[in-house]
Amino acid sequence: MGKFRLWRTCLVFIVFYCACSAARALPPQQSGEDRMIAGAATGHAGGRLVVALRSEPKTLNPALALDEPSRDVIRCLTADLIHINRGSLKTEPSLAKSWNVSRDGRQYTLHLRRGVRFSDGQPFNADDVIFSFQVYLDEKVDSSQRDLLVVGGKPITVVKLDDYIVRFELAQPYAAAERLFDSIAILPRHLLQSTYQAGSFSQAWSLSMPLNQFAGLGPFRLKEYVAGQRVVLERNPYYWKADRAGNQLPYLNEVTFLFVPSEDAQVIRFQSGDTDVLSRFSAENFAVLQKQQSQKGYHLDDLGAGLEYNFLFFNLNDPGANVPPEIAKKHAWFQDLRFRQAVSAAIDREGIVRLVYSGRATPIWDQVTPGNKLWLDENIAHPPRSLDRARELLKSAGFSWKSDGSLVDPHGDHVEFSILTSSSNAQRTKIATIIQDDLSQLGMTVQVVPLEFRAMVERLLNTHNYEAAVMGLVSGDADPTSEMNVWLSNGETHLWHPRQEKPATPWESEMDRLMQQQLVTLDYSKRKRLYDRVQEIVAEELPVICLVSPNILVGAANRVGNFRPAILVPYALWNIEELYVQ
Amino acid sequence: MTHRQKLACSAAVLAAFSCVILFAGFFAPYDFAAQDRDTPFASPTTLHFVDARGTLHIHPFVYAPRDSNQTTATNEVASERSYPLHWFVPGTPYTIAGLIPSRTHLFGVEKPARIFLMGSDAYGRDQFSRFLYGGQISLLAGLIAAILSVSIGILAGGIAGYYGGWLDGILMRGGELFLALPWLYLLFAVRAALPLHISQWQVFLLLISVMGLIGWARPARLIRGVVLSAKERNFVLAARGFGASDAYLLRRHVLPQTYAVLLTQITLLVPQYVLAEVTLTFLGLGVGEPMPSWGALLSSLQQYSVLSSYWWMFLPALLLIPLFVVFYAAADALQELHKSVPL
Repeated sequence: MGKFRLWRTCLVFIVFYCACSAARALPPQQSGEDRMIAGAATGHAGGRLVVALRSEPKTLNPALALDEPSRDVIRCLTADLIHINRGSLKTEPSLAKSWNVSRDGRQYTLHLRRGVRFSDGQPFNADDVIFSFQVYLDEKVDSSQRDLLVVGGKPITVVKLDDYIVRFELAQPYAAAERLFDSIAILPRHLLQSTYQAGSFSQAWSLSMPLNQFAGLGPFRLKEYVAGQRVVLERNPYYWKADRAGNQLPYLNEVTFLFVPSEDAQVIRFQSGDTDVLSRFSAENFAVLQKQQSQKGYHLDDLGAGLEYNFLFFNLNDPGANVPPEIAKKHAWFQDLRFRQAVSAAIDREGIVRLVYSGRATPIWDQVTPGNKLWLDENIAHPPRSLDRARELLKSAGFSWKSDGSLVDPHGDHVEFSILTSSSNAQRTKIATIIQDDLSQLGMTVQVVPLEFRAMVERLLNTHNYEAAVMGLVSGDADPTSEMNVWLSNGETHLWHPRQEKPATPWESEMDRLMQQQLVTLDYSKRKRLYDRVQEIVAEELPVICLVSPNILVGAANRVGNFRPAILVPYALWNIEELYVQ
Repeated sequence: MTHRQKLACSAAVLAAFSCVILFAGFFAPYDFAAQDRDTPFASPTTLHFVDARGTLHIHPFVYAPRDSNQTTATNEVASERSYPLHWFVPGTPYTIAGLIPSRTHLFGVEKPARIFLMGSDAYGRDQFSRFLYGGQISLLAGLIAAILSVSIGILAGGIAGYYGGWLDGILMRGGELFLALPWLYLLFAVRAALPLHISQWQVFLLLISVMGLIGWARPARLIRGVVLSAKERNFVLAARGFGASDAYLLRRHVLPQTYAVLLTQITLLVPQYVLAEVTLTFLGLGVGEPMPSWGALLSSLQQYSVLSSYWWMFLPALLLIPLFVVFYAAADALQELHKSVPL
């Protein structure tokens, strides 16, 4: 805690200092405004950046956006109170220039920047913050942010102390409370309050609305929308960040988002120079792009392991009393830890890295990837692939082999099951195909069943009608609190057995206890110990058999300056206000 | 070349090809599912006749891939040691047409050398072996499904065209319904209703029935048109005047007129169905990994990285072109032959 607070004090001091020094350099009409000074190298103003989106954004309403393209655009249009710096993975002041925490960790007092204006020129103050949180916490709006803002079963309460000071009260101490504010966009009360009060907030800020209805605190504002083709953003003249020389950010005059529906098409557009930045593409395409890197005027970065982890898991739901015996027997195999250990030992993780990711991935044995250095437990064992060990484990669990090499369970039934994957994700289907071959060497018959993504999720989370599946998760944040839903036994995405009324196994109840405890512990090293234990449980009990973490791959045209990709979403454009073109 | 000769030639080619496909296990050097994880996307193995010292060998030989710890395929070979091609070698067991077990393969090389005549795929599996095995499923499924479509087409189109009236209305409106249905969503529903594991035979039947049932409406419309015009021909009217029954008229005079349409339809549908399988596989209705099918082999070309980096992945597609050309030639010859036979 001590270290934490010291760091924060330093940061506040630095920000205060920067703000003072910036004020001197600002043009006269901007004085009185608390500018934030960005740390990147000074660039040139002007120019245009073109980026491809996988699909058209469904909405520009931050409370309702779920799809990645919508969020990518919204990030450029809006700002949050406290921001996670994607480069350092630490929190930094955003619209709140400073904040302090009460001794019990339940009250956060945020001091807002003064003189900040929305992109339509209207001033920003505490009323906008109160309004925004009122919207996000409204059950009728059903925003995706609401879950985050309910701490200890109670929604956060927001109190306005004066026009520029807001206090957030939490029902219980919450370790990562500052990180909660990241990406929660502050909405303009003057534009949205009437729609909200009329009860039609869910229709607000759809793309079909006139452009003057939109305003935000982000570096850009909406300029043009052509259905089916592009969204064009222009520089927000009221933006509240400046560079070290005191020039107002952003540098770019325009950002164009083109709608390019497939990854391959995006790669081709980038290769031909139509777009300037590329992220979220496969290692195979990385290799294709690499061949022409020098001639074509772009460069590629392999940032190493990101936060995505891919894993295999078995259906550990309680099958109930009335299931047919052929399903009950499979549940019995999956419930047996030795069976899961044998499967884990037989999987060729290195082979997956080589064949699926052309080497641009890291094998993993628990859910925290090597990219997440703050939380990685270095002591988790990395046993190499061993078919002998797998056979021993199966033998000790009562399995045996027939003369033709096929594996049978203690009742003499052949071991046969299917693995679900999403047919739209070529990598995961390939992983499943490799596992199929690995397990056939143990005498198991495995079928790979690629299903359309929604059909698969329906089976995994609702009907539980599946045997095993290959999935991947990517956290929005490096902090373990972003994964509460996965590891708590009553979580919606506790994949192998979701929404349990009470923990089905002793290790799940231990995991619940650890996750709850780390949530309210404020000291990093104590939290780290708690979360290390969660990782150990995952590695020992194998509710999910972690396989690989793909590297984050990005590319950018050489003319883009200040390009500093990060391993957190959005990998490439997180510092778009600092990007410039030469 | 006369039509008869043309027909004989193309029939012979098709028969030979079918034979190779039927005995895929014998002609293929490897099992279709055998992965060699050190050689993903290996280019086709070169058969050498001259070794590193310049000596000419009558018997062809290959080099083993260079053992490298690199994570990506390099396609480098170690030319220090040569591995001669052997004929009639024992290898992985297989069965011919699912009945006769055997282990003898037509050709092979000793390990660690590999013979990939058409290169290897993303998992280091032999494309040539997969092409042969894939034909067993695709060709048969495509043929049977095409015959199924056309048979339903004859039945529905023949009845609708010949009898007309309300029967015609019902059948043709039913056909239009089939053409207008959103198949993609219907197939999602079909997949959701089926159990997750389905055996290879069930998959095969499913493929045939889905493709056959979806495709009947178009041939039915064409046949109805032909029947409509045929039944008004003078010789048909004359036969009716002499008291011929409907069944006799249909069999003897009307349906034979549709012969040409039928043949063209079948030959058009087979390649179409081979490709339809790509879509069905994507929806989880096709043969799953590791079973190969031509549709599955072609679908790897949908990726830009494969398309632009590994030319040998085109080989299955290139091989299918002459096959389908022969197919069309056979149909063409049959049709011409039929025309020249006086009624």
